[in-house]
Amino acid sequence: MLKVHRDICGYCGCCVSVCPEGALELIDAYLSVEEKCTDCGICAKVCPVGALEARHGK
Amino acid sequence: MESKYDVLVIGGGPAGAIAAKSAAEKGLKTCLVEKRPAIGAPVRCAEGIGREALMEFIEPDPCWISAEMTGAAIVAPDGTLMQLSSAQAGSKVGYVLDRKFFDRELVWRAADAGADIAVKSRAIAPILENGAVKGAKIEHLGKVTSITADVIIAADGVESKFSKWCGIDTTVPVREIMSGAQYVMTDIEIDPHSTIFYLGNEVAPEGYLWVFPKGDRSANVGIGISGRKSGKGHRAIDYLNKFVEKTFPDGKTIEHIIGGVSVCRPLDCTVADGLMIIGDAARVVDPLTGGGIYNGMFTGRLAAEVAAEAIARGNVSKKALMPYDKAWRASKMGKAIDRNYNIKEYLIKQSDSKLNDIIHSGSKLDLKEFSTLMLIKELIRVNPKLVIELGALAASLR
Ligand SMILES: Cc1cc2nc3c(=O)[nH]c(=O)nc-3n(C[C@H](O)[C@H](O)[C@H](O)COP(=O)(O)OP(=O)(O)OC[C@H]3O[C@@H](n4cnc5c(N)ncnc54)[C@H](O)[C@@H]3O)c2cc1C
Repeated sequence: MLKVHRDICGYCGCCVSVCPEGALELIDAYLSVEEKCTDCGICAKVCPVGALEARHGK
Repeated sequence: MESKYDVLVIGGGPAGAIAAKSAAEKGLKTCLVEKRPAIGAPVRCAEGIGREALMEFIEPDPCWISAEMTGAAIVAPDGTLMQLSSAQAGSKVGYVLDRKFFDRELVWRAADAGADIAVKSRAIAPILENGAVKGAKIEHLGKVTSITADVIIAADGVESKFSKWCGIDTTVPVREIMSGAQYVMTDIEIDPHSTIFYLGNEVAPEGYLWVFPKGDRSANVGIGISGRKSGKGHRAIDYLNKFVEKTFPDGKTIEHIIGGVSVCRPLDCTVADGLMIIGDAARVVDPLTGGGIYNGMFTGRLAAEVAAEAIARGNVSKKALMPYDKAWRASKMGKAIDRNYNIKEYLIKQSDSKLNDIIHSGSKLDLKEFSTLMLIKELIRVNPKLVIELGALAASLR
């Protein structure tokens, strides 16, 4: 599963817009990751600050 | 908040606020829901807007204007500066807003026009009936209520989920998300009345870096790079830090902002049965500049107008709402998106030396009208070679 480094995340929603599975959602200041996340790593790539880590992804 | 409305707007950014205000002014029973506890915060924006564009919706008010612009400048990868000024020297061409207050003012006006407003209220699912959108489930402090409406307007921004839940693919391609970071800086040497854009593959790959003044010695200093160029050690924040260390080593950062902005083509279709999609959620940002405040307000007002007509006729089917989709595509805004998408696609492929060449062609351009279209036309005029390279695109600009 995707790891969210909550101390780094600025809950901006950039990642939500590129998620092909619709697995991410911004709940005010909290980024939630749903079960359907495939760990593809797209969100981790685009994150402006590097708050996301796909552990088995590309 | 009641349980049934004519129009339910999801999202309280500029698009949603203007949609709710316009709908309420048309006499429609309107509700706007915003998931954040405060409208306008945190800011995800460089806050620049053209003067004409702003005036189309609201009279400028010092309460939410940080600075007035009289010109702009572009800095080539090699550091050469090209100054852009209005043909009417010294006249105001644009503003840098204070979006915390601007967004709030717009929602305030929607409320004054009669719309109900609910903050810290998040749409968590659509209410669907035979494929048609009939409302939304709204969560507030752990309690979920159902709100139905004739027309639902999705204004939920770049992180939009609502249309996706209704079966519309809104995913932004990786190379077409601008991954952005910005500092609000103070105690820095700037030209307080000119926005500056820095280009170059070392500075901001497939994007640009900006300095948008917010006062005599303060500015939004930010950057957007293509998601494709982003990765460990070379993210938007890394490029921004590099620039700031070099350019404003003694500046003080008083706000840390990040965000994404789409520079893809708009959604293939921005309506469905009972649903209209506006603003960033519809991906109607200007792909060349990344500007979306005006486009959000424009699509917001138009959506409310078409919704009012459809509701009056008692038909809110996709077909009945389609005039909205057709009208924004045919508008000046829709055409600008189309044209600027192609110009962006051309520009991101150019090497630094090519960008230097283009910018070397003039150290100062006077623009009859302060717009990207006028700028591109002027650049082509001083760089006749571009006509050939741009081909049909150049011809379409005449
Ligand atoms: C770094 C950066 C710089 C930018 N600079 C500029 C600029 O200088 N000029 C310019 O014109 N544009 C700029 N933009 C783009 C501009 O910020 C957006 O285009 C604009 O905010 C879009 O308005 P909107 O109303 O469509 O969406 P937003 O302003 O994003 O508003 C959407 C709202 O919907 C809410 N929402 C989302 N989901 C839900 C839900 N499920 N339920 C309830 N509420 C929900 C969100 O909380 C948000 O408040 C920039 C963007 C970025 C990231």
